[in-house]
Amino acid sequence: MQLTGAQALIKSLEQEGVDTIFGLPGGAILPVYDPILDSSIRHILVRHEQGAGHMAEGYALATGKAGVAMVTSGPGATNIVTPIANAHMDSTPLVIITGQVATASIGSDAFQECDITGITMGITKHNFLIQSAHEIPRAVAAAFYLATSGRPGPVLIDLPKDVSQSTMEWWYPESIEELDLPGYHPEIEVNELAVARAVELISQSERPVLYVGGGTLKSRAHLDLLAFAERTKMPVVTTLMARGAFPDSHDQHLGMPGMHGMYSAVAAIQKSDLLISLGARFDDRVTGQVSSFAANAKIIHVDIDKAEFNKVRRADVALQTNVASALRALDAANATPQNLDVWWKEIRTWQERYPLVYDEPTTEGPLRPQHVIEAIAKKAAPGTIVSAGVGQHQMWASQFWEFEEPGTWVNSGGAGTMGFGVPAAIGAKVGRPDRTVWCIDGDGCFQMTAQELVTARAEGIPIKVAILNNAYLGMVRQWQEMFYEERYSEVYLSADLPDYVKWAEAMGCVGLRATTLQEMHEVIDQANQINDVPVVIDFRTDSSEKVFPMVAAGASNDDIMVHPLLRGDAQ
Amino acid sequence: MTPEPFLGATDRTPVRHHILSVLVENKAGVLARIAGLFARRGFNIYSLAVAPSEGNARFSRVTIVVDAESAPLEQIVGQLDKLVNVVAIKDLAPRDALERELLLATLSVDNTNRREVLDVAANTGASIVDVNATSVTVMLAGTPGACDQLEKALEAFAGVELQRTGRVALPRLVQTATA
Repeated sequence: MQLTGAQALIKSLEQEGVDTIFGLPGGAILPVYDPILDSSIRHILVRHEQGAGHMAEGYALATGKAGVAMVTSGPGATNIVTPIANAHMDSTPLVIITGQVATASIGSDAFQECDITGITMGITKHNFLIQSAHEIPRAVAAAFYLATSGRPGPVLIDLPKDVSQSTMEWWYPESIEELDLPGYHPEIEVNELAVARAVELISQSERPVLYVGGGTLKSRAHLDLLAFAERTKMPVVTTLMARGAFPDSHDQHLGMPGMHGMYSAVAAIQKSDLLISLGARFDDRVTGQVSSFAANAKIIHVDIDKAEFNKVRRADVALQTNVASALRALDAANATPQNLDVWWKEIRTWQERYPLVYDEPTTEGPLRPQHVIEAIAKKAAPGTIVSAGVGQHQMWASQFWEFEEPGTWVNSGGAGTMGFGVPAAIGAKVGRPDRTVWCIDGDGCFQMTAQELVTARAEGIPIKVAILNNAYLGMVRQWQEMFYEERYSEVYLSADLPDYVKWAEAMGCVGLRATTLQEMHEVIDQANQINDVPVVIDFRTDSSEKVFPMVAAGASNDDIMVHPLLRGDAQ
Repeated sequence: MTPEPFLGATDRTPVRHHILSVLVENKAGVLARIAGLFARRGFNIYSLAVAPSEGNARFSRVTIVVDAESAPLEQIVGQLDKLVNVVAIKDLAPRDALERELLLATLSVDNTNRREVLDVAANTGASIVDVNATSVTVMLAGTPGACDQLEKALEAFAGVELQRTGRVALPRLVQTATA
């Protein structure tokens, strides 16, 4: 069967089970947009290529499948660089297809030419510049295999226009061997010696902590984690990337560690004698000052990526495998710590003394942002998916929303990409149309990518967006207040400019606003009753609210600052 | 045959250098991927040599002398191994590596110093590979240390244009008792 390269690309995506492409056409990718008309794949036309990338990420985080985005060459390609970098930092599986100028024009500064494989070399797991239509099936199959296996990540395919216009005899690789990846071996056997050493360290431990990272979700190890944690009675902390990997309602869950982590989670790590890192990477937002991080703990480091070992913290046992296999191996070896009663008693003291708190809400407002999140969560359907942008609202969402299952927290971790929330929520809703999707956003973030609500309305994707509108770039304001003597520099945005309600309405969404406590409850109820169009709520929140607990950048976790309401107690 | 004396580390080489012998797929952009990785991770390359490998058009061998002071060797190897086009990495400690390098140098000569150049070449084991009325080109294929010695000896001459290839290396053979 003779196909054009463009047809072969779409057919290859169908072979990989792709149901949705997020994209925006342009000159160099034009040939590929023709066979889309004949394909069963749903194409979602975004308003900006960055939106396509974040939607693909939201889709991937909510479903566990690779997200797919397609854009044209030049500016189309550079506009999707931020989502690619974001996915690379968070090991999110993406397949990005970019149009490219014709092969004969490459290197000639042709119209809308840019070296996107060069630009994305450092922020993709791998990328391909296709030279002939015959290569397309192999490149697509390899891209999905690379994106979703081992440590997942984004893979980019750059497709020159003449290649998509030329013809090929259809074929499709039927085995991994045909993918021609002689340097790629993602399947790692569990090293029994390392397991034995880990079991020994665990058996000696009196103060262990399971430090659960994003790799636990990536390897779908949440049930293995639950079984292991319940059998061993070990306390669990889940990083920002692992929220949902262990139920927040579980008695053994201490919450999120790190810069804005729960006091008990941070303290337990600091005082632990054994840290079992499960697909976490000792990020600076978790460790604070590395030299004083869990200073007396032995480290068992489980990771699929051996380059993570000893990168930040020297491991006593490095176990290179996926988290699920590691937990099964440790369970099979009956790894059991010492009696943890004393340890738990100490942890319970911290939990009681330093719970999450915020100032009493006032009837007339401004609203407490933490209270808004709690109120939304309380009225949300079970299994609701939450996305966030980056900043104070993101930290509060992670702190105050109770995550019970994988795929319900869609957020930008390593890269800290403002504007992630709205498009990621759209992608999550497309991937899980059965779920309610709330985007908890900040006013600064919302302004970066809000135009994708036009996409949401046009494509019938009814997400709900809660803007915690404090009129500021809140996290930067918090740092300026705390570390720059309240010298506020370029952080004021205004609560009224833009008018978020009118803006939402102009984009075909329902726009609501809440200033008082009563309005807050009313608009949440209203939003919950709207299921056909997107809803945007402008919550007027208190700009002086700060995220606590807090470990200042570079400071030791031992110097954690708790909420002012809890101060006065000995820390 | 007596093992050759250890001449790997020279005074110009970082003390903790290591040699990575890297088998890569012979595909466009592979060298850029390696160079880009070293640049963005802050690893220093001391020298680098690339050529098609083992008569096989599919693979090339890249010999990289890395500065293990700039980053832990384990990090460098671990990150390099993640490049999809990197097929295999052999990490050679200087002591375990047989290293060779090629040096070419063209010198301006006249009747007063032509003899000296020939003497230097003879003393360092370099050969004369090209001559004309005013210049002579010498070549040395040898240990990096020998190349260092020749380079130093040539400093006495004017108008030197000198080029070194960077080293290539293979593991030293394990010495076994002869039958």
